[in-house]
Amino acid sequence: MKTFGGPVLFLDRSDINTDEIIPAKYLTEITKEDLKPYILEDLKLPGFDPNGPKTKNARVIVSRANFGCGSSREHAPWVFEVNGITAVIAESFARIFRQNMFNCGMAAIELPKADLDLIFSHAGEEDAFMSINIEAGTLTMNGGGKQKTFRFDISPFDKALVLAGGWVDYADLKY
Amino acid sequence: MGKTTAEKIFDAHLVNEPFPGTKVLRLDAVLCHEITTPIAIDDLIRRNKDRVFDPTKIKAVIDHVTPSKDTKTATQAKILRDWARRHNIKDFFDIGANGVCHALFPERGFIRPGYTVIMGDSHTCTHGAFGAFAAGIGTTDLEVGILKGVCAFRQPKTIKFNVNGALPKGVYAKDVILHIIGKIGVNGATDRVMEFHGSTIDGMTMESRMTLCNMAIEAGGTSGICQPDMTTVNYLWPFIQGEFASKEAALADYSQWRADADADYDQTIEIDVANMEPTITFGYKPDQVKTVSELAGTPLDQIYIGSCTNGRLEDLRIAARILKGRKLASNVRGILSPATPAIFKDATREGLIDIFMEAGFCVTNPTCGACLGMSNGVLAEGEVCASTTNRNFMGRMGKGGMVHLMSPATAAASAIEGMIADPRKYL
Repeated sequence: MKTFGGPVLFLDRSDINTDEIIPAKYLTEITKEDLKPYILEDLKLPGFDPNGPKTKNARVIVSRANFGCGSSREHAPWVFEVNGITAVIAESFARIFRQNMFNCGMAAIELPKADLDLIFSHAGEEDAFMSINIEAGTLTMNGGGKQKTFRFDISPFDKALVLAGGWVDYADLKY
Repeated sequence: MGKTTAEKIFDAHLVNEPFPGTKVLRLDAVLCHEITTPIAIDDLIRRNKDRVFDPTKIKAVIDHVTPSKDTKTATQAKILRDWARRHNIKDFFDIGANGVCHALFPERGFIRPGYTVIMGDSHTCTHGAFGAFAAGIGTTDLEVGILKGVCAFRQPKTIKFNVNGALPKGVYAKDVILHIIGKIGVNGATDRVMEFHGSTIDGMTMESRMTLCNMAIEAGGTSGICQPDMTTVNYLWPFIQGEFASKEAALADYSQWRADADADYDQTIEIDVANMEPTITFGYKPDQVKTVSELAGTPLDQIYIGSCTNGRLEDLRIAARILKGRKLASNVRGILSPATPAIFKDATREGLIDIFMEAGFCVTNPTCGACLGMSNGVLAEGEVCASTTNRNFMGRMGKGGMVHLMSPATAAASAIEGMIADPRKYL
């Protein structure tokens, strides 16, 4: 199983699409590692720098509704993975992106808007840090001297994929 | 309680339900292209599992960047080509025979009613036009599909769209689907199948139904699905005439996949097309739509006619009808990319290619290229393109470029005027 949790990158917008996460012109790369420099290159958000230290240090992304919409490219989870980001927390996900995350043994965790609003209140804090316990279905947001724990649900199948380290290993065992 | 088309297909293909809510389905077709498949192939080799579950059910094409533009894209093509040869995948389409996957595979009769279809490409939902369950998936699902012939899905709910009325002049399937996406939003159908019914759909050609289903993903839909009927049978007849004694027999068989009258839907949405206008996107999301009257006059730099949405013969005929005897405005350039070699040949035979070239269009070989800013028509920063494609995300056709999605008719009218223009005055 992958490790989850760490410094948080806040992306406060709905409908962040796969072209913003990794533009199509980089889909000619043959190895996942080669995608690394291009993370979120086309995402335009106030105060967001795809090459800045917050992006570099992040281990978790927190965003809004319909995250990962658009293309089926698994290069989107991969570009996160090679940059050390293994979990995305959002109000909702596009189906293909969500399944690609779990298929890679990564986590796409949905929380209600009210919980996300509380998490986003940490967005300005330098020490914003999230710990995630997949098996228990809890995540804890730390920052600015405060701490709050939230419960989440992921489907039993998706949890099995995370625990197995991804769909290929799981499927090869079962089918 | 009756069943929707997707429910019938799920039941008929169920391998097992490893956990409540997740269904593993047997696959009838696993489609592959050179962008998302090579990493799956590499991973299978690395795992010492370089096998395919059934070479006759795997179809592969080089379509996104073709002919290759550089060493990297040539390498992707080579990985796919070598793999297809190694595993005796007969339905592999290389340069000369290749075209845009979602136009080429249906044209070859590979998609049938009741099929389960996956591809590492989000616009796989196109194939639901045949009454199939067709879903875009990522490289890992593709890898498992290639190896095991199965894929896991959450059982999707179904939204029923009753689309009724005669399409007004200048309004086509593209306008209908843009209107629907504008109505329900870019995540209005997430984890849902969009099942299309009604007199408008009944009257559509298979090409138009493919245009409609192609953009289901732009509303988050898992698959678009049309009901198989005599139009479906007629389209498939050259490929199925050995299987059935008559078209009526084929229709009777395929009708098993039609939704039951008492099927349970998540929602039912009524769409009346009678007063619909040509519809165009204006922002960076496919649900940001306006009518042509609201956007007419918007300056343009490039016109692009092609893609898995609108690069079929019917689309070329519509655009050519408007362009015949007219010229591109001097401030714009035009690119036509017929979606497959067969479409290219038919369009040549019908004199359509001449019309485009006389108008000043550049005609490229069949490829996805420009639609996603990979080749053959990438925009420069600040440029605006009127495009018959399916996605208007920021930078989609080139960093800093802007895309207005529209029908081939609206694109052709806009080509003549050099700005967004109403096609109805040319029809």
